[in-house]
Amino acid sequence: MFDTISLAQLQQLWWLIISVIGAFFVFLSFVQGGQSQLNAVARNELEKSLVINSLGRKWELTFTTLVLFGGALFAAFPLFYATSFGGAYWVWIAILFTFVLQAVSFEFRKKPGNLLGAKTYESFLFINGTIGILLLGIALATFFSGSSFQLDDYNHVLWQHPLLGLEAALSFFNVSFGIFLVFLSRTLGALYLLNNIDFRLQLVKDMEKRLRRSVTTNLAGSIPFLLFFMVSLTSREGFALNPETGEIFMESGKYMKNLQAMPGVLGMLAAGLLLVILGAAVARRPSNRSGIWFSGPGSILVALALFLTAGFNNTAFYPSTFDINSSLTIHNASSSRYTLTAMGYIALAVPLVIAYIAYFWRKMDRDKITTGEVSDFSAKEIY
Amino acid sequence: MSELQNLTMVDWARAQFALTAMYHWLFVPLTLGLSWLLAFFETFYVKTGNEEWKRITRFWMMLFGINFAIGVATGIILEFEFGTNWSNYAWMVGDIFGAPLAAEGIFAFFLEASFFAVMFFGWERVSKRMHLFATWMVALGSNLSALWILVANAWMQHPVGMAFNPDKARFEMQNFWEVLLSPVAISKFTHATSSSFQVAALFVLTVSSWFLLKGRHLEVAKKSILVAAVFGLLSSVLVGITGDEAAYANARNQPMKLAAFEGHYDGEESSGLVLAGILNPEKRPGDENVPFLYKLKIPGLLSLLANREPGSFVPGINDLVYGNSSRNIAGIDKKIEKGKIALELLSQYKTAKKERNEARATMALANFKNYEQYLGFGYLQKAEEAVPPVALTFYSFHIMVALGVLFPFIFLFFLFFTYKNTIARKKWLLRFGLLSVFLGYLASQAGWIVAEVGRQPWTIQNILPVSVARSNLTTGTVQSTFFLFLFLFTVLLIAEIRIMLKQIQIGPETPRGQQKGEPHV
Repeated sequence: MFDTISLAQLQQLWWLIISVIGAFFVFLSFVQGGQSQLNAVARNELEKSLVINSLGRKWELTFTTLVLFGGALFAAFPLFYATSFGGAYWVWIAILFTFVLQAVSFEFRKKPGNLLGAKTYESFLFINGTIGILLLGIALATFFSGSSFQLDDYNHVLWQHPLLGLEAALSFFNVSFGIFLVFLSRTLGALYLLNNIDFRLQLVKDMEKRLRRSVTTNLAGSIPFLLFFMVSLTSREGFALNPETGEIFMESGKYMKNLQAMPGVLGMLAAGLLLVILGAAVARRPSNRSGIWFSGPGSILVALALFLTAGFNNTAFYPSTFDINSSLTIHNASSSRYTLTAMGYIALAVPLVIAYIAYFWRKMDRDKITTGEVSDFSAKEIY
Repeated sequence: MSELQNLTMVDWARAQFALTAMYHWLFVPLTLGLSWLLAFFETFYVKTGNEEWKRITRFWMMLFGINFAIGVATGIILEFEFGTNWSNYAWMVGDIFGAPLAAEGIFAFFLEASFFAVMFFGWERVSKRMHLFATWMVALGSNLSALWILVANAWMQHPVGMAFNPDKARFEMQNFWEVLLSPVAISKFTHATSSSFQVAALFVLTVSSWFLLKGRHLEVAKKSILVAAVFGLLSSVLVGITGDEAAYANARNQPMKLAAFEGHYDGEESSGLVLAGILNPEKRPGDENVPFLYKLKIPGLLSLLANREPGSFVPGINDLVYGNSSRNIAGIDKKIEKGKIALELLSQYKTAKKERNEARATMALANFKNYEQYLGFGYLQKAEEAVPPVALTFYSFHIMVALGVLFPFIFLFFLFFTYKNTIARKKWLLRFGLLSVFLGYLASQAGWIVAEVGRQPWTIQNILPVSVARSNLTTGTVQSTFFLFLFLFTVLLIAEIRIMLKQIQIGPETPRGQQKGEPHV
């Protein structure tokens, strides 16, 4: 079935698949958002235990999605993988470092003999939830703002900045996107916890209130950064591809033009933002726990729209500001036709994967996490 | 320290990969094997309804969970290291190597991650059968993940199903099935997984031996030993068969590796197998020194194992480096010469393309095709570079094999005395049992040293040496991250071991009303 479509279409299909995976990650970063407000919303051990155990059932899903995002980029756009990871070295190492810290923290935090103490593991979770997401946002924003690298005749990358990727944090455009993602993840985190924890006991009513407040404040916090990012994005020059010659050139208002040329993407962006706000709005109503089902899909649409704006409509998705013609497009960075086709068949399993994840999510979360469950510290399965 | 300062970027990148891979491999074998054991334990619980099996399952499951977390933590670094430290590699073979990695993500990781949550937290939330299903899925998922990453590794040992694309300066996949079903991939997967099952079984023996020595949780320990010893014994059979297969594949595809791990310098018919030996540290390829200071050799056995043909010729390091015309083996020198020509022609082709000189480009390309297969050798400077570190591979191989022979006996003894129900009194065996998981780890790590160090100087056998596969980073940069990860992983490992020991001390929960004098911790 993939044999009949052209290479260019395969490349677009794979950019779409990767965008979907990346967008799901943005939604699933509610885990990080929950981690970063652990101390703000949970004031005692019981509340902490509720938050940790609620997030602890999902962290691996988020983590795995990030790993798949990397793996799929490797398989479909290996030149991006080589260029960005080998070049923007420090920013990726720093991101990975925070995810290593996260991976042990849920399991180790409360276990006797854990060497570093619960507080340290909680701070690991905080670091992953703030710095990890911030840097990831900064790295993703370079899809629009570019990086300084050059590729030689053999497509080997020569990074031009001594900070090896961390220089991206010197641009307010990049940073504002990172901060937006941190706030968004916190909004989603609060919404997820509101959905996932059983608040019927008087004991935890205060935490519920704090979570509802957190939804509003974090969404409000995100808005100025999103506005700055969007205004700057739509007004800036972009890295356009001349499809005939394969050359890259600067085009004014390129990303605005992309949105105009792809009304579906513009629609996604608008609908996504509305859904995110709607989710936060319904969370203001006492005892409503459905906000995550608006803001979650909303965040997927927003992220998807941004990824598609970066890569579609003859745009370089990983531009070089140093040597504009070293910029990566979905065409020059992709795998061969054969590999994209083979991978296409493998990707047919994705809907099945999503289906069983959704099925077991529903099954596992039908009964909300209760205070009774997480205070039984003799149980072997409590984080 | 001065030696450390002389190390180049590529040495540090290798050290970092070795570090992360070896740390990762402390946790992976346990995940691979323990996941099946959990599935067995829980199946007994569901079939018999005996709560004891549930306690056993939950106890081992908790240790599994602790191990799993740190396995995940070390694993993510490995995946991205292909990009950060080996970016030229990532580009040159990403078209082939990326696919199994992505398949691992789609097929295996989500299976593992989603069903892990059901298995760990779902005891009260899903039905008994659904929970059992989840436990089996975790086992399937982890082992499926091993399949894909080992397919990728096997491809580095024996690259198949691909072709070089001079326009892109990279290798491209031609046949997915050839990559997936390559005999090396199959023997790699079966050998690595079955030996991991042994490690997990040995882990269960070690912990259970401790319980028996302390007189605690006797029933849990005996039942665990029974299942683990049977599993370990069956795995040992598989390890033997697949190990033999791996050596046979090495003789076909990586004769230099085989020669190195055997300390085999001069090829001969009816080559003997060195059972044990001490290498002569002065020995270098091509010199007159004797290779061994001491050796115990079985005549003719190497020929039999390597070629499955008694009396056959097995080339040694010297034959492979300097060539052996009577055996029709070309020396590395010749290959390097041809490789340099290939590189030169490729560069001519690239220049001609840039100048839009189609005639010259076509000619250079046609010429290049004649030398293409030697391309990788063009990056080497002298023939001796093609020899991997002999001592490290030799000793690792022999440690691995010796331990591999010992393990089935350990399982047999445990099985026998458990069957006779006298195991609790066999203090000598239990004391030895305490050691067993460490021997398992030693064998397992040694196996990877043979596989990876034995492949040097190549990242991809005969195609891409490590010196070209690397990223363009300074030594200092990679050195910094090496120590960063060394520190981080070591701290986390210490924490993990302490937590494990504590949880083992606490032991399985004691059911109410059944304390029967068992010390309650």
